[in-house]
Amino acid sequence: MNEEELKKAKKAIGEESQFIHGDTAVAYGALLAGCRFFGGYPITPASEIAEKMAELLPKVGGKYIQMEDELGSIASVIGSSWTGAKAMTATSGPGLSLMQENIGFAHMSETPLVLADVQRSGPSTGQPTLGAQGDIMQTRYGSHGDFAAITLSPNNIQETLNYTIRAFNLAEEYRTPVFLMLSADLGHMREMVRIPKEVETFERKRPKVPPEEYVPFGKGDYGKEKVPEFGVFGDGYHTYVTGLTHDDHGFPATDDQEDHDRLIRRQVEKILDDREELTDVEKRSLDDADVALVSYGITSRSALGALNKGREEGKKLGYLRLKTLWPFPIKDIEELSKNVDKIVVAELNLGQIYHKVKEHADKECEIALADKIGGEIHSPDEILAEV
Amino acid sequence: MEEKEEKRKVEMISAKEIRDKYLRHDMMPHIFCTGCGIGNVLDYTLWALEKEGLDMDKTVFLSGIGCSSRLPGYIDVDSLHTTHGRALAFATGVKITNPELNVIVFTGDGDCMGIGGNHFIHACRRNIDITVIAVNNYIYGMTGGQVAPTTPEGDYATTAPYGNLEPAFDMSEMAISSGATYVARWGVKRPNQPINSIQEALQNKGMSFVEMMSPCTTAYSRQNRMGTIEEFWDWYEDKTILAEDYEKIEQYGSEEEKEELEDKIKVGVLHKEKKKSLSERIQELIEEVQV
Repeated sequence: MNEEELKKAKKAIGEESQFIHGDTAVAYGALLAGCRFFGGYPITPASEIAEKMAELLPKVGGKYIQMEDELGSIASVIGSSWTGAKAMTATSGPGLSLMQENIGFAHMSETPLVLADVQRSGPSTGQPTLGAQGDIMQTRYGSHGDFAAITLSPNNIQETLNYTIRAFNLAEEYRTPVFLMLSADLGHMREMVRIPKEVETFERKRPKVPPEEYVPFGKGDYGKEKVPEFGVFGDGYHTYVTGLTHDDHGFPATDDQEDHDRLIRRQVEKILDDREELTDVEKRSLDDADVALVSYGITSRSALGALNKGREEGKKLGYLRLKTLWPFPIKDIEELSKNVDKIVVAELNLGQIYHKVKEHADKECEIALADKIGGEIHSPDEILAEV
Repeated sequence: MEEKEEKRKVEMISAKEIRDKYLRHDMMPHIFCTGCGIGNVLDYTLWALEKEGLDMDKTVFLSGIGCSSRLPGYIDVDSLHTTHGRALAFATGVKITNPELNVIVFTGDGDCMGIGGNHFIHACRRNIDITVIAVNNYIYGMTGGQVAPTTPEGDYATTAPYGNLEPAFDMSEMAISSGATYVARWGVKRPNQPINSIQEALQNKGMSFVEMMSPCTTAYSRQNRMGTIEEFWDWYEDKTILAEDYEKIEQYGSEEEKEELEDKIKVGVLHKEKKKSLSERIQELIEEVQV
């Protein structure tokens, strides 16, 4: 994004320091990242993101539309992205369930987009106004077929803003949908936030070759080298984009085993090859720890309370926060599990990331789950009870 | 004078030249059955594009799922073959993001009226500047002949083995009542009227809907005993009546003529109005509030 665009975004956002909630922080981060299209549908507790975007986007020359449902909102976002805009939508559990088919389309067509999920209790309508962390697996396995997801999980409002920018950069760099996971508590909680002076943005790579040499769906050897250039609609590249299995040129190849295998493996590997570059964890007090508390998002704030209280009581506790949920930080969990006797996974569900930790932890290490559902976050004691 | 000159030039182009200019030959052979009307719909669309002189670098085709939704793949242009029923929602994102692009959607009766019904009525309501060409064959053809929201009451389908119990949607009436600003319906047998209508649809700065009644000779015709391909194509001729004639009979016709109308389907330009499109309104808003 150029200087002038950033200046415009900052002017629309206003004051440099603001006391805002997580939903507003997503909107601010999106504007600063260069997002210029939002297709949405109202849903508690994510509606405030759409409301803010409806107010701010026209001010910076961007487009906002409220679609007829969530199936339509994610569809409009994919259409917009192929037309060259950085585009996003925001929703909560029921909406995320409805979007799954087109999320699969975005994976298959390698469409950059950002989806902010302000989680609430489910299944079904559940507890609309109360927070949860029940959608973690849905971002990874929700749509049918094979794909790799990028899912980020901030734990405070400043980080929510920063991670929204990061989500757009990763979406553009890897040509893929990126999930930004909040929860009702984070979405509606207010903290002081500073609007960053400098913003680093990444713009998707556009083809430089003439149209007859452009290959929209095949490329590269490793990690992001496997991400093909993106020929925007209207640039003369005449790209055929389909959810069907396609060859490197985008044309249907639905009955060829090799074409499908090559396409899907490349799409998965472009992300998983870069697992270590993509994953991000925060570690505290792990050097002498016997028991590690593993958590993410809003729950990590309870885990931090548990860490401090436990340490005061003389317990040798450590803390590992997952800032990236997918790709899963396998190496960090492997290492951690070799250095501690026990890991307590705290999350606002009946066990999702817990199973991933169990899968990758050393077999000698005991894995416990501090689960909680019902709309309240853990008290530090509830986590300590599992230590 | 100059205009006439221009018109003649278009007419001088041969069908082969049109196909060479617009189609992706490496995608041939196409998937359509013998006797299907979809190829004609494509042909008429290409002629309309040529007459209108649209820049193919600035034109995007979209479609959902079904037989007709395979059409964009055969045209050398930017295109988005989306999920079932959702093409209009994708198209909304495309058009709003870049209003300079000509956005054309191919859809079918199941895609548009069944799974995509909600997107359809809202695209009409918004009067988004998109041209929709809907191929109505009364049935789910791609999946083997299941009953559709457009299948006439009493007709047979693989999932209506005792005859369809449900009344059918009229796609064009639905478009008009939902707010589309140009609506036309034609059979596929005669080329000129549909070509003109598709061209007018492209010119309309708003939601345009052209319904093409097209025979499904594999899934529909067999189950409903419509006879040979020729007989089935002729059936559409007998079944349809020009909207002007329909209205005349309604007003001045004899009781007998009026009774015959009950069985007829109106074709022609069914609705035309001038209304600001959504993309225009969004552009105006931006100019008003931009910092």
